[in-house]
Amino acid sequence: MSETTRNGATPLVQLAPDAMTPIPRGPLPILPSRPSKMIDLTVDGRAVSVPEGATLIEATRRLSIDTPTLCFLENLTPVNVCRICVVELEGSRALVPSCSRKAEAGMKVLTDSERVRLSRRMVLELLASSVDVSTAPQFQEYMRRYGAHPERFGAAAAPANEGERDAAVPGRHHTGHGHSAATAASVAQPVKVDNDLYVRDYGKCILCYKCVEACGEDAQNTFAIAVAGRGFDARISTEYNVPLTESACVYCGNCIGVCPTGALMFKSEFDMRAAGTWNETAQTQTNTICPYCGVGCTLTVHVQADKIVKVTSPMEQPVTNGHLCIKGRFGWEWVNQR
Amino acid sequence: MDLHFTSEQATPQEQAIVDAQVARMRGDIPQRSYLLPVLIAIQQRVGWISPGGLNYASNVLGVPPADVYGVADFYALLSTKAQALNVAHICDDIACANRGGAALCAAMEAALGPAGAGEATTWHHSPCLGLCEHAPAALVARAGETASSMLLPRATTGPLLAILAGAEPVRLPIETSLPQFGDASLKLLRRIGHVDPFSLTDYERSGGFAALRRAFEMGADAVMREVEASKLAGRGGAAFPAGAKWRSVLANPGPRYLVCNADESEPGTFKDRAVMEGDPYAVIEAMILAAFTTGCELGFLYLRGEYPLAHQYLSYAIEQCRAQDWLGANIQGSGFLFDIELRSGAGAYICGEETAMLNSIEGYRGEPRNKPPFPTQVGLFGKPTVINNVETLINIPGIVLEGGAAYAAIGTERSTGTKLYCVSGDVSRPGVYEAAFGITLRELLTLAGGVVGNLQAVLLGGAAGGFVTPEQLDTPLTFEGCRTAGATLGSAVVMPFNDQTDLRQVLLRIAAFFRDESCGQCVPCRVGVVRQQELLQRLSASAPIGDVASERALLKELGQAMRDASICALGHTASSAAESALSKFAIFQPR
Repeated sequence: MSETTRNGATPLVQLAPDAMTPIPRGPLPILPSRPSKMIDLTVDGRAVSVPEGATLIEATRRLSIDTPTLCFLENLTPVNVCRICVVELEGSRALVPSCSRKAEAGMKVLTDSERVRLSRRMVLELLASSVDVSTAPQFQEYMRRYGAHPERFGAAAAPANEGERDAAVPGRHHTGHGHSAATAASVAQPVKVDNDLYVRDYGKCILCYKCVEACGEDAQNTFAIAVAGRGFDARISTEYNVPLTESACVYCGNCIGVCPTGALMFKSEFDMRAAGTWNETAQTQTNTICPYCGVGCTLTVHVQADKIVKVTSPMEQPVTNGHLCIKGRFGWEWVNQR
Repeated sequence: MDLHFTSEQATPQEQAIVDAQVARMRGDIPQRSYLLPVLIAIQQRVGWISPGGLNYASNVLGVPPADVYGVADFYALLSTKAQALNVAHICDDIACANRGGAALCAAMEAALGPAGAGEATTWHHSPCLGLCEHAPAALVARAGETASSMLLPRATTGPLLAILAGAEPVRLPIETSLPQFGDASLKLLRRIGHVDPFSLTDYERSGGFAALRRAFEMGADAVMREVEASKLAGRGGAAFPAGAKWRSVLANPGPRYLVCNADESEPGTFKDRAVMEGDPYAVIEAMILAAFTTGCELGFLYLRGEYPLAHQYLSYAIEQCRAQDWLGANIQGSGFLFDIELRSGAGAYICGEETAMLNSIEGYRGEPRNKPPFPTQVGLFGKPTVINNVETLINIPGIVLEGGAAYAAIGTERSTGTKLYCVSGDVSRPGVYEAAFGITLRELLTLAGGVVGNLQAVLLGGAAGGFVTPEQLDTPLTFEGCRTAGATLGSAVVMPFNDQTDLRQVLLRIAAFFRDESCGQCVPCRVGVVRQQELLQRLSASAPIGDVASERALLKELGQAMRDASICALGHTASSAAESALSKFAIFQPR
C-alpha cells in the first residue's frame, strides 16, 4: 500500500481501515476527519448529544426512541415527503420532519406529544384510506401503535380502470361530479405486469419517492422512472407510461429493494401470492456472496420448498448498501432448474 | 449521461423550436433550467408535448425522458396528449363563478362539447385567472406557427368563440381596473393608465429610474439601511420583513440571485397583474434596485403563464432596458452588472410558493422544498437568493427617494406604507385599490362603491385566507388587524359575498381548487385536500358520516394535521377558509 496520496503528499493521519470499510485499489484516500463537534439537545426531556450535521432522527435513535418512517431509508437522500416522522420542535410553528431536520444546539424536541401523535395517525389514515397496505407489515404495525382508523373517511371508491390514473391531467378540476361523496378516493388500479422479472402494483404505492431515488442518483443512475402528474393524481411513471420494456429500465431491481409497501414486487413472489402458495414462515434466508463478478455484493437468498423465491441484499452490507444489479437480483432462475 | 430513448423522433418543426430555445441559453446557469421554457415553446407552437419532441428536448438538455415527462405532466398549461390547437380556459373560480363564469362553462359545453373534447377547438375549467375585476375571465391559447394567447375580460360566448376561431380580442384600458384612477394621492399606482407601458421614455419622464440613480449615489449600504428603516413587509402573503431578508442574503457568499415572484395566482388576486400591465418598467427598476442592494448579478422574473399581456410588456421592457444600458454589464456607468431572465409559469398555483418556484426555474417539478435551509442561504441553484413579490419590490423606489423613515410613517406601527387591495365579488366598483395600511374593511368597501345586496360574508386573503362576518367590518386591513379578526390579509384579497351567494358552493370551489393545485408531494396535503373536499361534499349533500358534529371534528383534525405536517403553506392553509366558515356561519346545520 502506498504511503502517499494521489497528489503525492504524505497524509498527516493515516487511519487504518476498519473491518467494515472496503479496501480500495490504489492509494488510500485520506478519510474525512471525524466530526469533533457535538451538538447538545433535549428530546422528550432527556439530554442527548449528536455529532454536528446529524439529524433529529439520529438523536431520537440514540435514546432508543423508535421514530416511524416510510419515505426515509439510510441508503437514500431524505425526501421528507411522508411526514410520519414529524416531531414537535419548541419555537417552530409547524412540526418538523426528523429525518431531515438537522440537530441544533439547545433544541427542545417532543416525539410523542398530542400534536405529533395526531399528525402521525392522520398520515397513516390518509394513506391507508387511499392505498392498499396489505403487504406492508411495518405500516400495519404503525397503524396499531397510533390507533389509526382509516375507515372514518368512508368506504373506498371503485378502483380506476387500466390506464385511467396514468391519463389524469394536472390541475384538471375535480368537481366531485360523477362519484358519490360518500366514498373515499383511492389509488386502486390494475397491476402493471409488463415483464418477467417484477410487477408494479401502484394501488399499493404511497408515493414515497424511494424507487425514483434508487433508480436515479442515489443508486442506479438509470432514471427510468419519475414522479408524473400532480396532487392526488401524482404517480410513478415512465415517460408517457410506456412499458418498462421500452423504458430505460435495466432491471437492477433496486426499486424493489427500497419499496416499503410491496407495490414493487418480484414476479415470482407476485405469482406465488396469486396462487396462494407464498408462505414467509416456511422460508429460509441465507446470506452469500454474489457469484457473478468481483464486486462481492452480499445476497440474501430467500428459499421456500427448496426453491429460490427471491433475492435481497442487506442494506448494512458495505459494498453497495443493499443495491444489486440484474444478475445478483434476478440471475438465479437456473438454480431452480433441477 | 447515457440516456435511453423510445423510438419516437421529433419533427423538423419540433427540432427547430428546441434549437431556437437552446441558442439563447446563458452559459452561466445549468442548462436544465431551460427545460420549462423549451416545453412551453413546444406547447405554444405544436399544441402539445409529443413523445418525439420530448425525446429531442431531453437529449439536447441532457435530462432523462422520464424526468422531462414528470415535469411536463406537472403543469396544467402543458399537455402530454395531443389536443385541440385552440383552447379556452374558462374561470369558474370563486370570483367568476357567480358572475357568468359557470354560465359561460355551460355555454362552452353546449357549443364545443364536454371539457377537453373537440378536435380543433376545446375548452377547460380554469382556476382563478387574476382578472376578477372583469369577471368572468377567460384565457385563450391558440397554438401554431403564429401562436398567441390572451386574457379576456368580461368574456361572453359569441366573442369568445370568434376569438377561438382567430378573431382579435377587444382590450379594456388598464384604468378600468383602477377605480381610483386620477386620484393624485396614489403612489404605487400613480403611473398606471397615464404612461404607455411600452415606452421607456414615458417611464423616465414620469420619474422612472430616479430612484436607481439616487441609489447609485447613495451606495448599497445606505439603500439597505433605508429599506430596513421602512419596515417594509413582504406583500406576497407571509409579511416577512424585506430588510431582514435582504440582510440575510447579503450575509451569505455569492453568487447570489434575485427572483421576482410574479406568479400571482391566489384566487381573487390581481394587483400584480395590473402593475405589470400598466407600469412594467417599475418592476424592472425595482428589481435592479434590489439586486444592487443585495449584490445579485442575475435576476429571474417568474411570471404566471396566464398573463400574456404582462409577458409582452415585460419582455419588451427588458429589451429596451438592455438597449438603453439599464440592464447589462455596467449599468449607466455605475460599474454594476445585472441582467434579468423573464421566465413563464405554465399553470401551477404551487409555483407561487417560493421554493417551488426555485425548483420550477431550475427545470424540476414545482414541488416545494423543505425549509430550513431557507432560500436566503440555499436558494436558486443552491445559492443565496432574494425572493420578493412584485408589490413588495415596487415599494422600493419610493423608499429610496423619500427615505425609510418617511415610508414607515405611513400606515400603522407594524404594517407600514400603502397597500394594494384586490376588491372583487359582490361590490359596485371592483378593482385594485391603493390605501395606507389601517383603512378598515368598511372604509374599503365604501370606497369600492359598497356591497351589492345584503352582505353575508367577506373572504379575506383568498382561498388560503378566511371569512369575516358583517359584524367585523371595522377590522383594520393590516397584517395584525386581520390576524386579530381570525383571518389573514394574505395577498390582500377582499371578496364580499351577499346573501344570495351559497357559501357552501364557495367552500366546495375552494376545496376543489386545493385538490387541483396541491403538488402531491407530501401525504397530509396530497390526500388531506381530497378528504377535505369529500367531507364538504358530504355536508353539502346532507349525507354526513355520523353527524354534522363528527364531520366538523374530523375537519378540525384534518386541518390540524395539514397545518402541522405539510411541507409548505399550501397545505398549512388549505383548510383555513373551510374552518373559518364553519366556525362563523351556520351553513351546514341539519335541515
